[in-house]
Amino acid sequence: MLVKLHEYQAKEIFAKYGLPVTPGVVVKHLSEVDEALKKFPTGPWVVKAQIHAGGRGKAGGVKLAKTEAEVSQKASDILGMTLVSPQTGPQGKLVKKIFITPAADYTKELYVSVVLDRARQCPVILASSEGGTEIEELAAHKPQAIQKMYVDPLLGLQPYQARQLHLNLGLARDKINQGAKLFQDLVKMFLELDLSMVEVNPLVVLKTGDIHCLDAKLAFEDNGLARHKEYAEWRDPDEEDARELEAAGHGLSYISLDGNIGCLVNGAGLAMATADAIQHFGGSPANFLDVGGSATTKAVTQAFKIILSDSRVKAILVNIFGGIMKCDVIAQGIIDAAKEVGLSLPLVIRLEGTNVEQGKKLLSSSTLHYQFASSMDSAAKTVVAAAKEVAK
Amino acid sequence: MSIYLDKSAKVICQGITGSAGLFHSKACRDYGTKMVGGVTPGKGGSEIEGFKVYDTVEEAVGKTGANTSMIFVPALFAADAILEAAAAGIKLIVAITEGIPANDMARVRAVLRNSHKDVRLIGPNCPGIITPGVAKVGIMPGYIHKPGKIGIVSRSGTLTYEAVWQVTQLKLGQSTCIGIGGDPIVGTTHLDTLEAYNADKNTEGVIMIGEIGGTAEEEAALYVKKYMKKPVAAFIAGTTAPPGKRMGHAGAIVSGGKGTAKEKIAALEAAGIVVAQSPGEIGNALVEALKGKGRKSKGKKKKK
Repeated sequence: MLVKLHEYQAKEIFAKYGLPVTPGVVVKHLSEVDEALKKFPTGPWVVKAQIHAGGRGKAGGVKLAKTEAEVSQKASDILGMTLVSPQTGPQGKLVKKIFITPAADYTKELYVSVVLDRARQCPVILASSEGGTEIEELAAHKPQAIQKMYVDPLLGLQPYQARQLHLNLGLARDKINQGAKLFQDLVKMFLELDLSMVEVNPLVVLKTGDIHCLDAKLAFEDNGLARHKEYAEWRDPDEEDARELEAAGHGLSYISLDGNIGCLVNGAGLAMATADAIQHFGGSPANFLDVGGSATTKAVTQAFKIILSDSRVKAILVNIFGGIMKCDVIAQGIIDAAKEVGLSLPLVIRLEGTNVEQGKKLLSSSTLHYQFASSMDSAAKTVVAAAKEVAK
Repeated sequence: MSIYLDKSAKVICQGITGSAGLFHSKACRDYGTKMVGGVTPGKGGSEIEGFKVYDTVEEAVGKTGANTSMIFVPALFAADAILEAAAAGIKLIVAITEGIPANDMARVRAVLRNSHKDVRLIGPNCPGIITPGVAKVGIMPGYIHKPGKIGIVSRSGTLTYEAVWQVTQLKLGQSTCIGIGGDPIVGTTHLDTLEAYNADKNTEGVIMIGEIGGTAEEEAALYVKKYMKKPVAAFIAGTTAPPGKRMGHAGAIVSGGKGTAKEKIAALEAAGIVVAQSPGEIGNALVEALKGKGRKSKGKKKKK
């Protein structure tokens, strides 16, 4: 799971690394706007929606305010609105927090980010003198406008590389050391905090000539977050899928999909493939759910509860390839779970691997209603047919 | 013959006194793997279930002549364990551990590339490697395998078992099966294994199972197109995965519109690889590939 932070949180971390950001105030209720204006009395200001998605500006979530009255007006417009940007999906995201910050006067917009380059197995800094737009768009239409600088993970971005990047971006020569330090600090932050992504869009050149981070975005990799527990509480549960969070708490990996067939599988690859097989045979998976390699009866029960909490689900497919996990244990888990949650939906079970015969015996001698499938394809076909029957 | 793992392997387990490390060390020994001991710092000199425990990998190598290590050390200490194994002269390192920070792996790979070019790292976050009938170093159930001539490589665990099972049911059997791991940075890539299978006399065909995220499958496809002398079948998991979501594996994510199943399938098919449309069809795709489907024109050219 990627752990994203809000802009205001990211800016706090940026400031710790000496990166130039403009401070501001987070506002959750309109009553707090005056407080913010007291802290930053000189306008103009920018009012920015705080959601975990890019493209806020174009979607109307970032507004300039010249007077105090305008700040209140824009704040009331944006707080509580549902922002729809290419990154939010069509359902959009409800804005529950805004960030009020003094506006910066700038002459040029650039883009810079740090991510991991998987093929080269090292961090890479991506930058462009064409800031403001989405990097995906730029990558698709004008890839030559993106500068890349690969980073030795043992050394970090070297000063000479940072200076070269500064010049490649066409930034002023008299600011070469300022720019180089900024790029090095971004990479230092990425490496030290085990980040998955840092993005500044836009990075701007102020009227004064100084280089400044107008926006700040960062995401932790959850594996790395284990080492930086102080930031784990910065997660915003409002921005995450409730079922996904609940599942993660039980050691399950759950992702919501759009369909009506609930899936319970062991192993991430098999879970993905099971969802694919359902779609291949004309059905539509409601979720991806990996119970892990060593799930207990309790974890299986939790998994069933999470699947059933989704009212769209019309049928359930259990696909287990027992390796370390024994099929009889899983079978008992299914029987117990079905009893506990009062399962009434069609259930298709495919078991294979370790102790499969004992597992089958347990299932057939129980009172559980289910259809048994002997292969992955027949399991997918059967559950697709069952879901269509229920949906009629 | 086989790739990476044969009967010369003398294996230690780093993290042997943990419950998973011990369980799987026993399972590997039961399968016939030469397990020669284990390492847990602070527990050196003790013995557990017949395994001698050492404080350091260097000691273990000195006392046992181990050349292979299976790592179950917890995520935040696993990078250190890999480097310790390499420094002690271990040549095949199989890192089972899940959840190692990607930046740790970037550093580990840089050190291995710089200073330990002869070390083969498999994983992390992987089921391991098995040469059926000879040895297994990993967590896969041994009995689903059958000695044979098909190489199987995959990023995943249970999906690999699925493919292995289908091949076993076709009575074909496997030369060596490798789970390379679901993380964004892994020691051995699809491409590495294809090169090894290509050179292995006992491998007559290969199944490559990929998934969304990254470009490793595309790179492997280019290799197949240019150099592969043996038929290849494939499956790509994650057609239904929504963009921006990590599908269980840290590396299984479509980001910035890149790494989709569709792109990968197109690249594989363009390289003459028979791609199974459904995971239940992996075995059949292999049979088709062995018959020469997908690569017919190229095969004829070669004969001239």
